[in-house]
Amino acid sequence: MTQETHSKQNKSTLSNALNCTLNWVDARFPLTSNIKAHLTEYYAPKNFNFWYFFGSLALLVLVLQILTGIFLTMHYKPDADLAFGSVEYIMRDVPWGWLIRYMHSTGASMFFVVVYLHMFRGIIYGSYRNPRELIWLFGVAIFLALMGEAFFGYLLPWGQMSYWGAQVIVNLFSTIPFIGPDVSEWLRGDYLVSDATLNRFFAFHVIALPLVLLGLVVAHLIALHEVGSNNPDGVEIKKLKDKKTGIPLDGIPFHPYYTVKDLVGVSAFLIVFTVIVFFAPEMGGYFLEANNFVPADPLKTPAHIAPVWYFTPYYSILRAVPPILNSQFPGVAAMGLSVVAFAFLPWLDKSPVKSIRYRGGLYKAWLAAFVVSFLVLGYLGTVPSNVWGQFGDWLSGADRATVVARFFTVVYFLFFALMPWYTAKDKTKPVPERVTG
Amino acid sequence: MKIVNRLRNTLLVLLTLPLLAIASEEARLDKAPIDASDYASLQRGAKTFVNYCLNCHSANYMRYNRLLEIGLTEKQIKENLLFTGEKVGDTMKVAMDKKDAKKWFGAAPPDLSVEVRARGADWVYSYMRGFYRDTTSPTGWGNCVFDPVYCKVSMPHVLYELQGEQALNHETHELKLVKPGLLSIEEYDTLVGDLTNFMAYMAEPAKQQRNQLGWFVLLFLGVLLVLTYRLKKAYWKEIH
Repeated sequence: MTQETHSKQNKSTLSNALNCTLNWVDARFPLTSNIKAHLTEYYAPKNFNFWYFFGSLALLVLVLQILTGIFLTMHYKPDADLAFGSVEYIMRDVPWGWLIRYMHSTGASMFFVVVYLHMFRGIIYGSYRNPRELIWLFGVAIFLALMGEAFFGYLLPWGQMSYWGAQVIVNLFSTIPFIGPDVSEWLRGDYLVSDATLNRFFAFHVIALPLVLLGLVVAHLIALHEVGSNNPDGVEIKKLKDKKTGIPLDGIPFHPYYTVKDLVGVSAFLIVFTVIVFFAPEMGGYFLEANNFVPADPLKTPAHIAPVWYFTPYYSILRAVPPILNSQFPGVAAMGLSVVAFAFLPWLDKSPVKSIRYRGGLYKAWLAAFVVSFLVLGYLGTVPSNVWGQFGDWLSGADRATVVARFFTVVYFLFFALMPWYTAKDKTKPVPERVTG
Repeated sequence: MKIVNRLRNTLLVLLTLPLLAIASEEARLDKAPIDASDYASLQRGAKTFVNYCLNCHSANYMRYNRLLEIGLTEKQIKENLLFTGEKVGDTMKVAMDKKDAKKWFGAAPPDLSVEVRARGADWVYSYMRGFYRDTTSPTGWGNCVFDPVYCKVSMPHVLYELQGEQALNHETHELKLVKPGLLSIEEYDTLVGDLTNFMAYMAEPAKQQRNQLGWFVLLFLGVLLVLTYRLKKAYWKEIH
């Protein structure tokens, strides 16, 4: 027997063995059919562009956060006396601990970067519209869970910003009429943020919310694969199928086409991620705040308490709404509404077209106004409200930044409130039958 | 399409903006001469830190034997830096009781392990050069870096015999050396510069390793990006 035929025979034995195993599994678990349904025979529109990287990137960051989080939990101590020191222990004495910790802290911010871009994609291409309302709602729920996850996690390093940030946020609940004070005490487990709070936030951060997040992500994907992906043209590719095969004419199998394409996105994303982790993990105080390197001190309130950048647009809205009848609750309610408002988009948008490509100037102007509002409010949330000084007597000496924040808060809400009107009135362009590439 | 592209470009620019933003300080700070690769400076700084700071201030997260990284030998550490029976693997603790310290100074001296990360190297450098004689304060010293408004500080000027005495001109807010110490102005600035350099190193000892390793990771990812891009192109050739 020659060498060649020998190896050929080996190969066929091996593939036979693999086939047998696969058949054995398939008889007991829908492995092959699931791979087909979600990868090799899931047909996605062929015209995905730059904006379509951020869904898979969000999944990547979720996995990164879970993996690095597991290793951090092995060394972190959820104890008010030990927490701050255990983080420094991770940074110094745990082999590669600094890398794991920076990946986790950078991952937290990058999670919001990719999720915000992913949401923006959904908005500009109308991905929330019929029949994808549930995908969008699961997405909004993921966003809310993510905000909770980030908030609980931020307390764990037990620095000054951790402590006072948690104090401020938990106190927001005490503004709810009647039940507020009891609710915030129940959340803290104490009359002020303390060891009890740290312990429960740890539990929320490492198990409760990750479970919720994973469940919601699965629901998000199941719903997506049920109705199929939208695309930059907002055309339903399932309307035009190949007569013989039943495959959408503009669809291509997710695997291999989008798996190899997403690998490019992953590589580019990891380059950005690496630059931050290795060369600027604090990101100038935006990802890791300087004051958080001071251990939590319940007796010393920092002069300026600012949340991490991803919460600042909503924080700005909270500060912008003036107290009514001596109650801060309207501000808190406005902040809550500013986040939840996204959930109503599928029913607010009355446009006959989905994608921004076929919308008119009126919609584009409102969208631009919304983006500007979001960014300005985001910036103002990072700085004290006296940053631009005060107006003169004619505006009774009001902080300039507060007045600007109020203006953009109104614009922010008008984007949602007036949407049924301006999307219906907007002059749209004709939508093509097929995707345009 | 154009507007989407423009929005995308704007977003990319805005995402990188925080890199440029630097938190503004109220006090005017001088630039600290930080060079993590200058081991001689780090070693001098470590000596100053252990001799002058590490009596009231602890550095509870810093181990003595970590100083092997900046070129000291275990023998040198034992002979020059360990005075009270510590082991070389111990962290830089102090015996001062926090409650006593609060009684004596009004505020307990903070742990300095990550002080540079909390305040910035420039702040530490300016602070240690910012003491001036203030006969009205309990310690006899004032410092406008610590407290830009009232120039109050509860820490006495520990390096006083080295620097001498400065006086504050209350109109120009300039400091002037009125009574020379053991060191010249340049020598004192170098001493504080070395001290700050060491404290910056101590605040994040892995920083140098992090910066060096980063280039290799980027190199790897750069190659990966080229390969994945070529792979994508090859697969997508037939898609139009």
